[in-house]
Amino acid sequence: MAADTQIVRLSAAQMAQKLKDKEISSRELTQAEINVIAAAEPSLKAFLTVSAKQALEQADAVDEARAKGEELGPLAGVPIAVKDMIVTRGIETTAASRILDGWIPPYDATAVRKLKAAGMPILGKTNLDEFAQGSSTEHSAFYPTHNPWDTTRVPGGSGGGSASAVAAFEAPLALGTDTGGSIRQPGAFTGTVGVKPTYGGVSRFGAIAMASSLDQIGPVSRTVMDAALLHAVIGGHDPADSTSIPEDVPPVVEAATAGQNQDLKGLKVGVVKEMQGEGYSPAVSKRFEQCVDKLRQMGAEVREVSLPRVSYALDAYYILMPSEVSSNLARYDGMRYGLRVMPPADQPQTSAGMMAWTREMGFGDEVKRRIILGTYALSAGFYDAWYGSAQKVRTLILCDFEQAFGQVDVLVSPTSPVTAFRLGEEITDPMTMYRNDICTIPANLAGIPAMSVPAGLDENGLPIGFQIMAPQKRDDLMYRPAAALEKALEQESGSLLDKLSAPWLDKAAKAGDVDADQAATIGKAEQKAVMDEIADRMKEER
Amino acid sequence: MAEKLMSFEEAIKRYDPVWGLETHVELNTKTKLFCPAPYSFGGEPNTELTPVSLGLPGSLPVLNKQAIDDAIRLGLALHCHINEWSQWSRKNYFYPDMPRDYQISQDDKPLNGEGYLDVELDDGSTFRVPILRAHVEDDAGKNTHIGGAAGRIEGAAYSLIDYNRAGVPLVEIVTQPVTGTGAKAAEIAGAYVRMLRDIARALGVSEGRLEQGNMRADVNVSLRESPDAPLGTRSETKNVNSFRGIEKTIIYEIRRQATILSQGGEILQETRNWDESTQTTANGRLKSDANDYRYFPDPDLVQVHTTQEHIDELKATLPEMPLHRRHRLQKEWGLDDRQMHAILNAGALDLIDQTVQAGASADGARKWWLGEISRVANEQKLALDELPVTPDDVAELEQMIADGKLNDRLAKKTIAGVLAGEGTPSEVADAHGYKVVEAGSELGSIIDKAFADNPDVVEKLKSGNMKPMGVIIGAVMRATRGQADAKAVSAEVIKKIRG
Repeated sequence: MAADTQIVRLSAAQMAQKLKDKEISSRELTQAEINVIAAAEPSLKAFLTVSAKQALEQADAVDEARAKGEELGPLAGVPIAVKDMIVTRGIETTAASRILDGWIPPYDATAVRKLKAAGMPILGKTNLDEFAQGSSTEHSAFYPTHNPWDTTRVPGGSGGGSASAVAAFEAPLALGTDTGGSIRQPGAFTGTVGVKPTYGGVSRFGAIAMASSLDQIGPVSRTVMDAALLHAVIGGHDPADSTSIPEDVPPVVEAATAGQNQDLKGLKVGVVKEMQGEGYSPAVSKRFEQCVDKLRQMGAEVREVSLPRVSYALDAYYILMPSEVSSNLARYDGMRYGLRVMPPADQPQTSAGMMAWTREMGFGDEVKRRIILGTYALSAGFYDAWYGSAQKVRTLILCDFEQAFGQVDVLVSPTSPVTAFRLGEEITDPMTMYRNDICTIPANLAGIPAMSVPAGLDENGLPIGFQIMAPQKRDDLMYRPAAALEKALEQESGSLLDKLSAPWLDKAAKAGDVDADQAATIGKAEQKAVMDEIADRMKEER
Repeated sequence: MAEKLMSFEEAIKRYDPVWGLETHVELNTKTKLFCPAPYSFGGEPNTELTPVSLGLPGSLPVLNKQAIDDAIRLGLALHCHINEWSQWSRKNYFYPDMPRDYQISQDDKPLNGEGYLDVELDDGSTFRVPILRAHVEDDAGKNTHIGGAAGRIEGAAYSLIDYNRAGVPLVEIVTQPVTGTGAKAAEIAGAYVRMLRDIARALGVSEGRLEQGNMRADVNVSLRESPDAPLGTRSETKNVNSFRGIEKTIIYEIRRQATILSQGGEILQETRNWDESTQTTANGRLKSDANDYRYFPDPDLVQVHTTQEHIDELKATLPEMPLHRRHRLQKEWGLDDRQMHAILNAGALDLIDQTVQAGASADGARKWWLGEISRVANEQKLALDELPVTPDDVAELEQMIADGKLNDRLAKKTIAGVLAGEGTPSEVADAHGYKVVEAGSELGSIIDKAFADNPDVVEKLKSGNMKPMGVIIGAVMRATRGQADAKAVSAEVIKKIRG
């Protein structure tokens, strides 16, 4: 069983090669990941649902297809975890909210459909801040996810589940969603690669909407090449999403391959002036500068570039995002699916009363906070002052980026001003929590692609992220320096994730194969306890 | 309450009415506005759905281009300015039949901008109704309240929701405040909505059936002291779904508001509901309690771009407009205004036109559609085109009469069979053996038998006394069970007597 530990530590590309060479089967690989999940989950809580049975069935189907000599995609047989913000046919999808507890979608998101078509078994659904609203995964209605580098710390958010799962070798790859940094900031906090593609580059069909004009599905991985391979699988035009770009995926795999030559001559890199200095931890600033030096050493031409209006990004974001949230989350009213809570017996049993009680009991505080903010911002008489002004700011930020990309090919910054904080440390202070996303939000507002790559560790042994941004529809441009930097850092001090102790790997090796039915129970007792708590609260109300 | 109202004549004498209509026309596209779910009236509840029309998490709208083309054609027929760029906005409010709890509509950038519609009144004059906009939006589902009186929500034990209609495309045609209509306010409003219906049908973009909810109107009414006074406070009566209801709502609201104003009262800005059973409007919701819809551009959809080339293409597909066609047909058929109105009121214009096109004479077609067929339609409370008789059937019937195969009496029996769903006129006539017994040997021998049975009558006839002719004809008719043509019989009898 010791072989399992080795398999799961491989990159997705390496796994794919071994599958292709028939050194391992997809079933063996998928089972190995399920074993790690079973061993790691008590410490990490990265998953909300483990769909082991379906994953093994998919794995068998791929193995069979391969045995028959069928033409298979480059990641065929490599398993993947999916953020529970993305709908999966037949697999419970909750957005980590009580209000969707138990909901089993009758359809697949386009990205999931593409994963299935590519022969990638779906291991399960990963934890997140409720409806992707938060930066620590502590706002999950069910339980927080822990950072595998230090389980007393958060993995970032909202996609802390996907990032932790990939960092901890529970899955080689995962899908995330990024509205203001929900893929990239957890990437930085967990030492993984997180990519937010160009807005419209990956179909949003089946991604539960948080803020539609900002949301984007993207890859979570341990290497830049893996991210590129996954990006190529899920990207491309989808007629089911009206905002999908009617073009092919940019040549991201080719760009990642080219970057591995570590030759960045001719590449113009802009360091964002406004994304450094005060508020950035010394370790983050130091590693950022070292990474910029590395890019320079590989031939990149580095200069400082200003985005003068980007300082307004956070303010504009916290008007636009909640406005869209307030409308997108209206449908969770208890009428058609998910939680339904009837009013207490002494109140009229009306549909309006049911909606109010369902939403009161079904949503958590952070979600309610944003619904209220957004409802206010869109109200008659306030629209121009809030939503209208924020849209103008958004346009100005887009102009800033356009101007910057007139001078340089890519822009770089730290992904987050800080490294992973302790669980409970910021949860009571929304404003401090919101500042986590100060470097990531501008890319969402501008619709440009951006990614976070691991940039080493701070003095506490916690990962630091390095962000690269590119012009719209030029996702390929960021993969080249990302792959080059990854290789340079590896040459300097080895692969970052090799430094992660991951005791659950040994535990998994000792425990042997975990039964699929057993795996399906992971997390379910805790989730049931949360729902029981609501039922109890309702009893008290009555 | 009603008996205390000021009379309409008095109200009009004292106040100047201003009204406006927001008319929803349901488009008959094969699929819904933003998803490929089909829709048909009366389908099994909650079967015509996709994740999009049910608003499932993660689902996204994709625009049905046919609906936009239909709406533009409607806009062109209403002389609207077609905006090059139009935008979808979300109208946010919670309601059980709204799958997303927001409606996708158009706010400040509608597809069709200002236009007008000329309507013709009973006195032959024409009135131009100014149109503010005609925008596109998706419909909600339908609530059915069980256990309360007359399907009302008050007192209902529970409600059922059918989401089939959710997502069906609507065009909402909004008039400007219509002024200068005075005592003709209701007539003009009614003529306007009927004309909208006729246009929608002529374009083929809607069935235009008010009783099936294909069309419904919100009726706004306000009064002012005189035409140069500023507009008064208006009431808005929601979802009126019959032509008569729209007319009666205007009349009722003019009387109600005049009564209040004359007593020094104040009109509340509120929504009201038309109650068919009491023929009154009842108050709904005060404007101050109304929803703040929090409109904002829908980020799931891109703006609709309409090029002049495309508008020109669509313009070329417009059929003859109803008013023009009406004038042309009246002339072609040689009818006076009164006769034409009878046809229009019966909703028989298209049917008669099609019958004429199928070969019948205008008089013949008119006689059947306004006579026997209308009588049955009234009896069964159905529209003419809901009966199992087609213009081709009527044309065939007329041809059978012209060919002497049927007489009037048999033709009536034949149409009764057609209306009973027994088949085409020839199928019905064949099945029942309806046919005129023609002059010739068969008729001759029947007459001979009648002569033999009535020798005294024959004597009188031979002597030139034609009075008892009826006895012979009667006998022949009895013998042929009415299938002989009385004229032919009498000609034959005279021939035989004189022969």
